[in-house]
Amino acid sequence: MSPVLDVLDVRVTLGGATILDGVDLTVTAGEWVAVIGPNGAGKSTLLRAVGGLLPAAGAISIFGTPTERLSRRQRARLVATVAQSPVVPAGMAVFDYVLLGRTPYIAPLGRESAADLAAASEVLAQLDLHRFASRQLDTLSGGERQRVFLARALAQGAPLLLLDEPTTALDIGHQQEVLDLVDELRRDRGLTVLATMHDLSIAGEYADRMVLLANGRVVATGTPREVLTEELLATHYGARVRVIDGDHGPLVVPVR
Amino acid sequence: MTNAKSRAGWIVAGVVSVVVAALAGLAFGPVNLPPGSVAAEVLNLIPGVHIHSGLDEREIAIVTQIRLPRVVLALLVGAMLALAGGCYQGVFRNPLADPHLLGVAAGAGLGVTAVIAFRIGAGTAGGDVTSGLPLTTPMAAFAGAIGAVVLTYLLGVSGGRDRSPATLILAGVAVSAFLAAGQTYLMQRNVDAIREVYSWLLGRLATAGWHDVLVILPYALVTGAVLLLFRRELDVLSVGDDEAASLGLHPQRSRYILLAAASLGTAAAVSVSGLIGFVGIIVPHTVRLLAGSSYRVILPLSVLFGAAFLAFTDLVARTVASPAEIPIGVVTAFFGAPFFVLVLRTTKRMAL
Repeated sequence: MSPVLDVLDVRVTLGGATILDGVDLTVTAGEWVAVIGPNGAGKSTLLRAVGGLLPAAGAISIFGTPTERLSRRQRARLVATVAQSPVVPAGMAVFDYVLLGRTPYIAPLGRESAADLAAASEVLAQLDLHRFASRQLDTLSGGERQRVFLARALAQGAPLLLLDEPTTALDIGHQQEVLDLVDELRRDRGLTVLATMHDLSIAGEYADRMVLLANGRVVATGTPREVLTEELLATHYGARVRVIDGDHGPLVVPVR
Repeated sequence: MTNAKSRAGWIVAGVVSVVVAALAGLAFGPVNLPPGSVAAEVLNLIPGVHIHSGLDEREIAIVTQIRLPRVVLALLVGAMLALAGGCYQGVFRNPLADPHLLGVAAGAGLGVTAVIAFRIGAGTAGGDVTSGLPLTTPMAAFAGAIGAVVLTYLLGVSGGRDRSPATLILAGVAVSAFLAAGQTYLMQRNVDAIREVYSWLLGRLATAGWHDVLVILPYALVTGAVLLLFRRELDVLSVGDDEAASLGLHPQRSRYILLAAASLGTAAAVSVSGLIGFVGIIVPHTVRLLAGSSYRVILPLSVLFGAAFLAFTDLVARTVASPAEIPIGVVTAFFGAPFFVLVLRTTKRMAL
């Protein structure tokens, strides 16, 4: 069986600066892979390259098909992305926003079918967002919004979910709520998750596997226990941390 | 949630306001006629319909030959400006975008000024008696407007490193300033032309017969068809380029198609009516306030309410100071400026 995502020697140059410098990455079905790394390591760029939002040299295959052989619509049916801080269009109702996730299934210049409306309703129900359906998106709180962003991505019906820092700007309770939800959806819907994550302890709790990026290269990959070591974090983050064994993975505690 | 019922209600309201504004435009003027009889005469234009309206020959001629072309022109121009304005606001995600943003106004202005100035410079008298403008004015305005938008586009895609909408807006500002400088220079060299140029700049719907209507009708149909077909894309664009791309669209391509269609329609409208301001801004915003933020609602309703609004303002423009005519641009701005205060007071809801 071909992996869900196969990234081979991907290079991205933006404005003369090399952001990704030969990244290899394989994600198999059902996995949750967290991409970690210091600021500017190229985490978001890697996600954008996989999502097809910027041109990248090298080879990216999704379900065994090189992405250049996929049309945008085909790709959108396979990969759904939640950006780091998505644009919140003023005045748009939650239901209408989630319904936009059905765009790859709607014929160009066409309109939503009953099946599209049903898919959007189903996602709203599953994410416990039904009571917000007619609320305007810009009136929701941060945690609620993040669930709506997720709902839009799920409405896309894509088996690969890309999350760029899904919990930035959320308090710790809402961080766990959103990540628990992602984990639950991953099991229910058989999704594969590739997420950039900022908080190392939380990343380690949820991810099956971690990829540590530094200066546009993969410097370590493996289970959280293998990647979250005091030595690796000192080298690549320049951070003084203590790594403690937790129930699900190592806990990273900054020390003075 | 999109409320299909209220959407249908607004469409009905739009159609009613178009009919009312059109009938008022046909019935009132230097000679006031009963609206019911006027409606009957309009229905009589449909082959096979014969209703006795009670109007005499002369009154029928006033309705069908003098007022009807003008009212239809007002409906078309208003619909096109409002539709193009709504489209520009969506494409640029900017509530202040108006259909003249990419240089249409400046280009048309330069074209018209050049025609007027050079005609006077060459000493040839005559031209369109009704308006005092040369017959080539619409052509010059159209060519200038299209030329300016093409120039803006070329600058926007070649000049900027990022091909963001902001680059295009800045290119439009640069092109507008450049062309306005050319226009000012020409006007300053030909002071005799200033009066005529101004009468054009302020907008007018003085039309003799159906000529102007026939000139812009093809553009109106093309623009209307393209924009209304692409209105769902505008909703997707409203969540951002990256999101639109990851939903399977080509945001850049959609944007250029939408802007090309909207600019074409605006150029056609400007070529027959001059620069009528505010319609392209206030109508889509009013619709947004009343009926919701989806472009699938805003664009069709802008067509209806834009048409009705301009037919109504044209009626005001030609009756308030009768027998003289107030330039219609003055009337739209007179309503537009107070409206902008309202827009500012409700900014929270107006944000795009």
